[in-house]
Amino acid sequence: MNDGHQGGAGDLIRFENVGLRYGMGPEVLRDLNFDIAPKSFQFLTGPSGAGKTTLIRLLFMSLKPTRGIVSVFGRELSALAPSDYPSLRRRIGVVFQDFRLLDHLTTFENVALPLRVLGREEASYRGDVVELLRWVGLGDHIHIHPPVLSGGEKQSTAIARALITQPEMLLADEPTGNVDPPLARRLMRLFVELNRLGTSVMIATHDINLMNQFNARRLVLEEGRLTIYE
Amino acid sequence: MSEAEVAHKVQVAAHRRQARVVQRRPNQLVPENTISGNALTIVIAIMSFLACLTLGAVTLVRDASRDWQLDLRREVTVQVRPRAGVDINVELARAAAVARQTTGVTSVEVLGEDENIGLLEPWLGSGLSISDLPIPRLIVVRLTNRSADLAGLAQRLRNEVRGATLDDHGAWAARLRTMANATVVAGFIVLVLVFAAAAVSVIFATRGAMASNDHIVSVLHFVGAEDGFIAREFQRHFLLLGLRGGLMGAAAAAFMFAVVGFLVIPALFGSDSENLSVLFGRFTVGPIGYFGALAIAFVIAMMTAITSRLTVYGHIADER
Repeated sequence: MNDGHQGGAGDLIRFENVGLRYGMGPEVLRDLNFDIAPKSFQFLTGPSGAGKTTLIRLLFMSLKPTRGIVSVFGRELSALAPSDYPSLRRRIGVVFQDFRLLDHLTTFENVALPLRVLGREEASYRGDVVELLRWVGLGDHIHIHPPVLSGGEKQSTAIARALITQPEMLLADEPTGNVDPPLARRLMRLFVELNRLGTSVMIATHDINLMNQFNARRLVLEEGRLTIYE
Repeated sequence: MSEAEVAHKVQVAAHRRQARVVQRRPNQLVPENTISGNALTIVIAIMSFLACLTLGAVTLVRDASRDWQLDLRREVTVQVRPRAGVDINVELARAAAVARQTTGVTSVEVLGEDENIGLLEPWLGSGLSISDLPIPRLIVVRLTNRSADLAGLAQRLRNEVRGATLDDHGAWAARLRTMANATVVAGFIVLVLVFAAAAVSVIFATRGAMASNDHIVSVLHFVGAEDGFIAREFQRHFLLLGLRGGLMGAAAAAFMFAVVGFLVIPALFGSDSENLSVLFGRFTVGPIGYFGALAIAFVIAMMTAITSRLTVYGHIADER
């Protein structure tokens, strides 16, 4: 596992004095300074309502900071045109807490979605998708629609969808929140394996036991401020 | 059938289902046959039907008014009033001769006394001795076309025939024209209003159907789809949906035009339908009605597609 880095020019993501408020409300996030290095592994934690999901949305460019500088893959967010977003988003895989699967598509089609929106033909990726589905343990559920999947299977589908484009960075919001401990361990092993293959991983969780099993960098959010334990 | 056989059949059926699922073409990114989508199709079909009916009615009134005006221009009447000491038959013959010499006249028919009685009978009753009354006599003059020299005819009749006047139905024609034009204008206003109502309801129904697809736009967006890709997917879906609804409505309207024109009118009025057609024209919707219905279907489909496109871009802009 790669951690304990000191930061540098090649960072995937860099936050400098970032603050965010919704409308005229108080700042939800304050003075965030951190970076995410290539091939790193970290947890994002903190009590409920501390702003974990908001920070994930910032990392994923679905929110803009009200102050400070966010750089994604070396490009400053404030200088980006809306048409730049899709190509950057494809380099980041996201697993949402609520999965966000499309119920009218099969497991296969949900996982293949990021490739389909690129305009690729199904024949060109069919094998890759099936292989990935087997890897996350869904080999028997390829043509099933999400409503009949269990919580853990939905979680695995969402993870597979985030990974299918081999992103440089994976953001996962409470990926083990809806699954039993054995499956949680399995999914975590999956993330570690992925990290070993070269993807930066950030997992938002408030499961202390889970974090204690891994000697990884921790970003702790508390009342909108970030403390980093390398 | 034993329990094992039943179980086996169930399993085979399940496998067949599974095989069908595997072979099926990929699902569209925008789901088909949803409740809101079907509701939108029905709204579009109804609005398209109403717009087509209005268009048909307007073309009907316009054709009828044109026919009336043409008929009125094809005939004028010469009236010869009896005067003391003048033989009305001589004057009639002279008037008829003058009319025959006029350019653009095809036929001249002097109405006899019997026909005069026939014309007056509805007002004065039967058994009338017309020769005792100073009743004007009529000459029906039929014209080939509009170039007939009616002013010259009127002038000559005034000069050469005692008691003769020319009635070119001008007053009637003017009144009919005014009425027909007013009806056509009213029809167009109704058409515009129906179109506006159709546009507004199609736009709102499309937005409603789009609202149930918001999550799809979001998901496509975060898996890295370009805005144009998302807009195209929705636009195609809603264009097809609008086309289906629009054509359903237009086809229903065209079918109704045909039924009314070729079956209902002849059946209701039978041999009278000839007389009826004098008043109302042929009572069939012309090609403008049918092609107009097709055009309406396409316009409504385009409107649906454009609305969905704008809604997608609005949604994407909101997410930023």
